[in-house]
Amino acid sequence: MTAPAYNFAYLDEQTKRMIRRAILKAIAIPGYQVPFASREMPMPYGWGTGGVQVTASILGPDDTLKVIDQGSDDTTNAVSIRKFFTKTANVRTTTATIEATVIQTRHRVPETPLSEEQVLVYQVPIPEPLRFLEPRETETRRMHALSEYGLMHVKLYEDIARHGHIATAYAYPVQVDDRYVMDPSPIPKFDNPKLDDCPALQLFGAGREKRIYAIPPYTRVVSLDFEDHPFEAYRHDAACELCGASDSFLDEVITDDDGNRMFVCSDTDYCEQRRALGHGPYNAAPADPQGSSHTGASPTEPA
Amino acid sequence: MTTLADSASDKDVMAFDAAFASQAAFRAVMNCMARPGTIATLKGIAAPAPFTPATAALVKSLADYDSPIWLDASFSAAPETADWIRFHTGAPLTADPAKAAFALIADPQAMPALTQFAQGSEEYPDRSTTLIIQVTSFSGPAFELTGPGIKTSRVIAIQSLPANFIDLMADNRELFPRGVDLILTAGTAIAALPRSLRIAEAR
Amino acid sequence: MYVAVKGGERAIENAHALLADVRRGDRAVPELTLDQIGHQLALGVDRVMCEGSLYDRELAALAIKQARGDLIEAIFLLRAYRTTLPRFGASVPIETGDMDIRRRVSATFKDLPGGQVLGPTFDYTHRLLDHTLAEGGDVPEPATAPGDDTKFRSVAELLAGSGLIENNSPAAEDVGDLTREPLSFPAGRDLRLQNLARGDEGFLLALAYSTQRGYGRNHPFAGEIRYGEVEIEFFAEDAGFAVPLGAIAVTECQMVNQFTGNADQPPRFTRGYGLSFGQSERKAMAMALVDRALRAAELGEETGAPAQDAEFVLSHSDNVQATGFVEHLKLPHYVDFQAELGLLRKLQAEFFARGTQADAESQMTALQDAAE
Repeated sequence: MTAPAYNFAYLDEQTKRMIRRAILKAIAIPGYQVPFASREMPMPYGWGTGGVQVTASILGPDDTLKVIDQGSDDTTNAVSIRKFFTKTANVRTTTATIEATVIQTRHRVPETPLSEEQVLVYQVPIPEPLRFLEPRETETRRMHALSEYGLMHVKLYEDIARHGHIATAYAYPVQVDDRYVMDPSPIPKFDNPKLDDCPALQLFGAGREKRIYAIPPYTRVVSLDFEDHPFEAYRHDAACELCGASDSFLDEVITDDDGNRMFVCSDTDYCEQRRALGHGPYNAAPADPQGSSHTGASPTEPA
Repeated sequence: MTTLADSASDKDVMAFDAAFASQAAFRAVMNCMARPGTIATLKGIAAPAPFTPATAALVKSLADYDSPIWLDASFSAAPETADWIRFHTGAPLTADPAKAAFALIADPQAMPALTQFAQGSEEYPDRSTTLIIQVTSFSGPAFELTGPGIKTSRVIAIQSLPANFIDLMADNRELFPRGVDLILTAGTAIAALPRSLRIAEAR
Repeated sequence: MYVAVKGGERAIENAHALLADVRRGDRAVPELTLDQIGHQLALGVDRVMCEGSLYDRELAALAIKQARGDLIEAIFLLRAYRTTLPRFGASVPIETGDMDIRRRVSATFKDLPGGQVLGPTFDYTHRLLDHTLAEGGDVPEPATAPGDDTKFRSVAELLAGSGLIENNSPAAEDVGDLTREPLSFPAGRDLRLQNLARGDEGFLLALAYSTQRGYGRNHPFAGEIRYGEVEIEFFAEDAGFAVPLGAIAVTECQMVNQFTGNADQPPRFTRGYGLSFGQSERKAMAMALVDRALRAAELGEETGAPAQDAEFVLSHSDNVQATGFVEHLKLPHYVDFQAELGLLRKLQAEFFARGTQADAESQMTALQDAAE
């Protein structure tokens, strides 16, 4: 019993070929979920195995990888996945969004706008947007085949009748290039507009459910809504108490036992870059915070 | 150049080189598929005629025993091509274009109707053929492309396609989400035309 | 002042060091060897091999040791290792009729060729805690009889010979493999059986039990349960013949079930089939009951019970998938939670605003009533 030696980026070449063929199909049919023979990975299903398999299949020696979970490079699962690729692919890693060529994410789209040179890989728990309305794969597959999305609109409308609003705050469904209704993964709906007309290729991997799907660059992605109830991106009505940003998605942090709380950027890199540029809690948000985050020193994770 | 046997048996530098070569070829074709009409250059590999170096690199990077390959008359006329495919990929050859995962076409003028190939079903549109078509060069007649992957529109010049190519692609688009995807190669250059595309004569 | 949390990497490393420490436990207690696990916790090893889908006693024992006795964790370890192994193909179908029998019982015939062989079994033990085991000590050698060449033909085959039970069609040339092609529905019996063989014993047991209690009843008789070693062979393309690879221990269960028939077909018993690695009778029997339940539609029976719903059963039987997804809820979900919290606060504010307005209106009405 000797320790097994693994291939570059862990997956064997046959598995990579199978996943690569699925990725090409996914790109050619935007928003359609391509079934693939997902492998057991050395991390549990539901912990990013789909994203990891996609990343492992596209990653090369010239790439720079960033891994985030909840917008942060420091959450334990992000650390664990980054370490996995450092170990199996010896790949350069970074926490700076602008330096990365491949970004694997769970639950967030970075605040810093992505570029054509980047690929964003999403970890997806339940790829089927219709799953919560209809548990059977045989049924949902037929609905997609017939573009029969009435059920989804009914559900959203029932929300409005009951609550006065569409009661979906994350994993908010989108329609891709006027055809497939797609689950954007459990990102807050604040991030939905970033999927539309995005210069970067977006790939989605669901390991346990064995599906890969994609949004090519510059593709029309529309969040489902109604004329009298248009889609609204939501964020807490506050500024980050570390960097003053008033345009970023915020984490609420409980600061003491009395339930006092504060808001900080969920995207830790965005927040750090802004603070490096001198933005602080008492600074009013600058006119073009996103533009300013493109410059300045970028901290790099030691490999 | 390393063989598949090498990459399966040792974890030496040779095997990693094979993994890197496959990755580089894939990444190029992935980017081309994501940005239809852009042209990338591969580090091609030598293979018997009529293989272009780019086609050979793509086949080696993407095909294996799970992906049957269909050969057009020019490819199947040369017996070394079948041997090369078997040795380097283990992919089975099929005479039925409707069963092919990949179709290799060296003579686009004589290629069968796109509908002869696997189109996928409404429920599984991914179960379709990817055509790798060798053209003489990326110059000459210009086509204007629009669709996913293209900001506004993109123009690509392609030599040696059938005269009714625009009609063929329009018919293919009509079937969406069913249909075939095209990868074009010329020497070491590649471009991709996925089914999601709309194509017209460039003005 | 608040500072964003850092140092996840060190926290993880420390957690893993702590895990290694508690895995070893009290250093004064001798460390478990793989041989001890393989021999003395053999049924745990069998289960890990079966649901881990890899026949290797030593690796399964290692997985159990590494998993601190958590069998689902051990199954996961074995699966993750298995998936890295090259796949050469499928073996020639094993011939359980040629099994080197260690145990064989039938509930349908008092006696039959080969007889009833109890073998090593918990059956008929009185479930009294044996305190002498706590002390350890010598175990007397069991009684043995010289082996002979008796062929133990299967009960189902005996019945099939007289046309009393359905003949199950032989396996297709090209047997599916759900580890290489994702399962889609409807799934053939080959894929269903593969899924059940890898499926969680507890899940299958509960489903099987539910069929007995009326949720998809199929009137089972345990035609036969056998356990022993079978030869395994692989057809080598280059050699042109089947090469023996060795022997594996398996448990097979053939259920004889409710009969079927119509104007064109004579009435016949039907079958449910279960096979597991090692000695795993509960698993093999549960599998056979669920296999038969999943054939309800094919046999023209009423459907609708959970065990008869292939998509439900096959999508939820895998404990590696199930544990991963249930346990992933402990990963951070701050972002979704914040998004949900924001929405909830907004809905609540609107709700109370409406309430305040309604209160004001009803007070007005009350005042008016009083005035009148």
